[in-house]
Amino acid sequence: MTMPLPAPENTEISRPYWDALKLGRLVFQRCECGHAWLPARRGCPSCLGDKVQWEQACGKGRLVSWVVYHTAYHDAFKHRLPYNVAIVELTEGPRLITNMVDSHERLACDAAVELRVESDEGIALARFALSPRRDDEQGTGSPARRNRA
Amino acid sequence: MRARYVVAGIGHTAFGKLPGRDTISLNVEACRNALADAGIDKSVVDAVLIKVPTSAHQFMYGQKVAEALGIKPRMGGAWDQGGAANITLISFAIMAIDAGQCDVALICYADNPRSGNRAVYGRPRGDDAAYGWFSTAAGYAMIQRRHMYEFGTRPEHLGAVAIASRRHGAGNPNAQLRSPLTMEQYLNSALLVEPLRRDDCALVSDGGAAVVVMSAKRARALGVPAPVPVLGFGHGQTSYDVQFRQSLTSTEAVRAARTAFSMAGLKPSDVDVAQLYDCFTITVLMTLEDYGFCSKGQAGDFVADGAIEIGGALPINTSGGLLSETGMPGMQLIMEGVRQVRGSARLQVPNVKVCLVSNQGGTMHTHSTLLLGA
Ligand SMILES: [Zn+2]
Repeated sequence: MTMPLPAPENTEISRPYWDALKLGRLVFQRCECGHAWLPARRGCPSCLGDKVQWEQACGKGRLVSWVVYHTAYHDAFKHRLPYNVAIVELTEGPRLITNMVDSHERLACDAAVELRVESDEGIALARFALSPRRDDEQGTGSPARRNRA
Repeated sequence: MRARYVVAGIGHTAFGKLPGRDTISLNVEACRNALADAGIDKSVVDAVLIKVPTSAHQFMYGQKVAEALGIKPRMGGAWDQGGAANITLISFAIMAIDAGQCDVALICYADNPRSGNRAVYGRPRGDDAAYGWFSTAAGYAMIQRRHMYEFGTRPEHLGAVAIASRRHGAGNPNAQLRSPLTMEQYLNSALLVEPLRRDDCALVSDGGAAVVVMSAKRARALGVPAPVPVLGFGHGQTSYDVQFRQSLTSTEAVRAARTAFSMAGLKPSDVDVAQLYDCFTITVLMTLEDYGFCSKGQAGDFVADGAIEIGGALPINTSGGLLSETGMPGMQLIMEGVRQVRGSARLQVPNVKVCLVSNQGGTMHTHSTLLLGA
């Protein structure tokens, strides 16, 4: 028998995030000052105000970096090796930890990605997939070097 | 403040696997050896500043160690800032002595994750455990991937760092891992969290180390045999965890070094030998860049052809660092810096006037820089 996935802690602060994912929507927090972020916090780390609203992400973003685990630090992942963990920056600004659903060979820093909410062992997770390639864009194999992350 | 304060003594325990040893007894042994090296009695110590054991935080830990040392200090306590804490505590001690708050400070660190509990290094990272986001190594792997992408850094560049530390540690009788490493072995070593290989990662070690800090004047009065002047120090902290950090490829080494070099009135080209925090090989490459030894993105070329090995342009980690001597977070680098300035290192660099030491904590969250010199 394999260990179940470690479930996220559902707190008063984070519940709207996980509830929205169950409905297939990725949400983030935005302050009246304009600053937007994840994960959920009680107040704004930019202006320290507490007028915070939830906003739905458009689902598009950029792959900042990713790693591939060849060792499992938790029994739930032993049978999933090798698996990836990625950092994605949403178009709206917030960054989050995620998994890419594509094969590792296709991944590239700064590639365009889009939301793919998946239910894994009953937990709704915000995963991402590489965006379909457009003809006017460069292939993902040789991304232009940019010092932006 | 430049050169008015000194590291008067250094001491350590055995490194490696020390079953049955608690961290308090390791701290006491290291302090006893540092006091002996300084040639002073514990009765003159009136500050005991301690970096918390990484693997096991304890309430009132600083006071427990001071009690075990039989010292009632004026100032004391435990400080958590990850691996940058040792240099930070040395600079806190110097500022406190300068302000008349204490005279002689012991700074020490001990941990036993190898025979005790190493769970801290593989811990889940917040609510993202459901995505499989575990371990300290994975954060560094994220950074390394980005550095390779932005600057064309290759596995061979990271291998050069591991090879230098392992070469320097190979003949060190205190070192935990004394097998030298070839590039072929490095490139064939197992991937841990890709792109990190096992040989990119610091050892997990038991052990303790301590240094004694006082004014140069006090060291003369006490007859300290080999005091090493502190020329400068500096600090920087990003605070943001890796996934929320706007730039993955620059570090707080920039601010820390700027402050330290400015305080010392020195520049990178004045440095004869460096002990650079090598928790992971990518840390060394980025520290070299952010300290200004080469331009951003050029550290891969800088470390090629043995430049960071004994005999090269800038020898680093001459006792083996975290990759070979002991995985202890930082104190071994300070001790080796002291030996290089004294001229008593096993792999001695000739005519050392300035030795630079870097400490770093978390996943490049915190950084501190120390300049020692004759
Ligand atoms: Zn705000």
